[in-house]
Amino acid sequence: MTATIARPVPAARAYRFELVKLLAQWRIRLLVLACWIAPAVFVAAVSSQSSLPVDTLFGRWMNATGWAAPLVMLGFAGTYALPLLTSLVAGDVFAAEDRLGTWRHLLVAVRSPRRIFAAKALAGLTGILVLVAGMAVSSIAGGVLAVGSRPLAGLDGHLLTPADAAAKVLLAWLCVLAPTLAFAAIGLLGSVTLGRSPMGLLLPVIVALVMALAQMLPLPVAVRLALPTYAFIAWNGLFTSPAQLGPLLISVGSGLLWMVAATALAYLIFVRRDFTNSGHDGLARRALTAGALPLAGLLAVTIGVIATATPAMGSGIEKDKLERSVATAFGHLYRLQTAQLNRPDVTEAQLAATAACTKGDSLVAAVGPGNDWRCVVSWHLPGIDATGTAIYQLDVTPDGRYVADGDGPKEVNGYFQVHTLTGDVPNPLWQFDGNVELLATTTKG
Amino acid sequence: MDTPLAVRARGISKYFDEVVALDDVAVDVAAGQIHGLAGPNGAGKTTLLGLLLGLAVADEGSLEILGTPLGRTLAAPGGVAGFVDGPGLYPSLTAWQNLAALARLHGRDPRTAGVDDVLDQVGLTDVAGDRVRGFSLGMRQRLGLAAALLTEPRLLVLDEPANGLDPAGKKLVHTVLHRLAESGTTVVLSSHRMDDLEALCAEVTILATGRVVFSGPLTKLAAESSELEYRLRTSDPAAAHQVATATAKIGLVDDAAPRPGPEVLVVRGHPPALDELLARLVRAGISVREFAPVVSPLEAAFLTLTEQQESGR
Repeated sequence: MTATIARPVPAARAYRFELVKLLAQWRIRLLVLACWIAPAVFVAAVSSQSSLPVDTLFGRWMNATGWAAPLVMLGFAGTYALPLLTSLVAGDVFAAEDRLGTWRHLLVAVRSPRRIFAAKALAGLTGILVLVAGMAVSSIAGGVLAVGSRPLAGLDGHLLTPADAAAKVLLAWLCVLAPTLAFAAIGLLGSVTLGRSPMGLLLPVIVALVMALAQMLPLPVAVRLALPTYAFIAWNGLFTSPAQLGPLLISVGSGLLWMVAATALAYLIFVRRDFTNSGHDGLARRALTAGALPLAGLLAVTIGVIATATPAMGSGIEKDKLERSVATAFGHLYRLQTAQLNRPDVTEAQLAATAACTKGDSLVAAVGPGNDWRCVVSWHLPGIDATGTAIYQLDVTPDGRYVADGDGPKEVNGYFQVHTLTGDVPNPLWQFDGNVELLATTTKG
Repeated sequence: MDTPLAVRARGISKYFDEVVALDDVAVDVAAGQIHGLAGPNGAGKTTLLGLLLGLAVADEGSLEILGTPLGRTLAAPGGVAGFVDGPGLYPSLTAWQNLAALARLHGRDPRTAGVDDVLDQVGLTDVAGDRVRGFSLGMRQRLGLAAALLTEPRLLVLDEPANGLDPAGKKLVHTVLHRLAESGTTVVLSSHRMDDLEALCAEVTILATGRVVFSGPLTKLAAESSELEYRLRTSDPAAAHQVATATAKIGLVDDAAPRPGPEVLVVRGHPPALDELLARLVRAGISVREFAPVVSPLEAAFLTLTEQQESGR
């Protein structure tokens, strides 16, 4: 009557089993539905209004092109929605078994903790990808259907063709998968270590909030780039010409490193767990220490490597970079205004726009974030000797974004609308968003 | 022993940090037998069942299941199924979906894997389409048993399978377990209910504080028991009282203790003395209307053995 040792269930079947359990939950079904429908409804509703979310990046372009909508959604998702979604899916994927008391049943059925881990991690990943894809597809569809596929003004004011805009929108959503998966892995880690505790479920949200708060502080660039959340900001660099790829690649790499490290830690803690020991909950604190300390170590190492490889220990916001950015954006947007007003076209080279910026009325050093930046932009028109000037007040945030607020003259940038043959339209020079590349690696375009 | 063994454990010890969950445990379970595991809370029953299911590894000793020696890594032979600490069920799935998912996990088509058949065996056909969220504890226990049956086990390990069962459910579960044993499946089950163990098991193992204090047939356990208390109801309580007092080695339990009625006596003695008392009552023309143990022999033995073990520590 000798029997052989039971063979573990194939990973593909265990994965399917986990998917069935995941999709049987009403909470997950509602989330999928919400992610595939709500963004389209939201975008279509907002795009049809005259009052736009101008405080959100690309929000001021929402009724100009449908490609702005998925970027507005991406900005919102990076701050709130994606960490929350990873919490609800990955944060619960292991803890649910603790809550239901089904670990032993699962182990008897599958016969391999390793395959259970792989199946659960893959099922969580699948769930998150379905939700993120839903948000992207839904916001694109809502924007394009409500407003149309039209050119999009980039962050330096240059116009992207609809095809370029589409490609970059998709690329931007792909880039934020890196930090999203990092949070998913943190969710797995919390779920494995903290079991049924609500802290396990909330861990990705808490970590995301702490990192988002950190991004609002005047941190050195190396620290900022080492945080996986910077990819939620760095995708902005895709919408300049040339693209600011340095910070984007570093932050995507950092996100992927966090994903690998957190997943590996979760795996090691999981396969060492004794499922017959009811004292597991008591071990959670120690496991958390074993999980949190290595991640803190990873952050320190990443900061060290970035600081060594790049001159990135300052804020990254400097006078000359800001001047180049404002002048470039002004040149591109001036052409846009020229077209709106049906004036003869003029190239950026002919305009030769320059900017002179000061901070705090020159009473403080012209570096770092603040809302006390003031820039005077100068430009030339062909055949006219006089130099045009316009003033902007800038609010520069520590992550390198800024809002330039036109301060006159009224005919150029002092009023929010311009009169055209077809009626009043938003003045592109009145207020615009821009960004300063924190790493000085990309040459001016 | 001629009968092949389904479980052979020798010198099994298991520690959780400084807690000794099992201490030098030796158990034999014959194939095709229903073997009971009894013991007070914390005695190590669930830990032992966990070892049989391959959920944990013994720190010391050797364990052979279905003829296969287990090493020091998590493993269990094929053909072992069951549950500890309650059945593992997913409340958002229906009863049928729970079993179907399990069948698919083992690479079988739920329509041909016998899902409907096992649901019928445990009496849950009518609620097959209902979500488990709304099930009572007894229904969950029966569904857990169905899940274990689905894998057609050769060794079925059940932790407190009678918990929460109503009399009809209990009868159903007993029928299923007897049928399994008749077909050659070995069943190891733990229970706090001595009447369940008496009704189901040929042999029992009693654990106390991680040690085996008894392992063997129920008859042997009953024979090892000390004096038993019996409830005696007769047609003439006063005369019966006199007969009992006059019978050697029969004691009368404190008259001040609460009784079901004035006509009931509680007598104490070993089986031969109790036999003599009954014979004398009959000879005296006293009708015996009830003669039953106050506590079952198994329960009495259980209490004696576990109390001895705990007081000896």
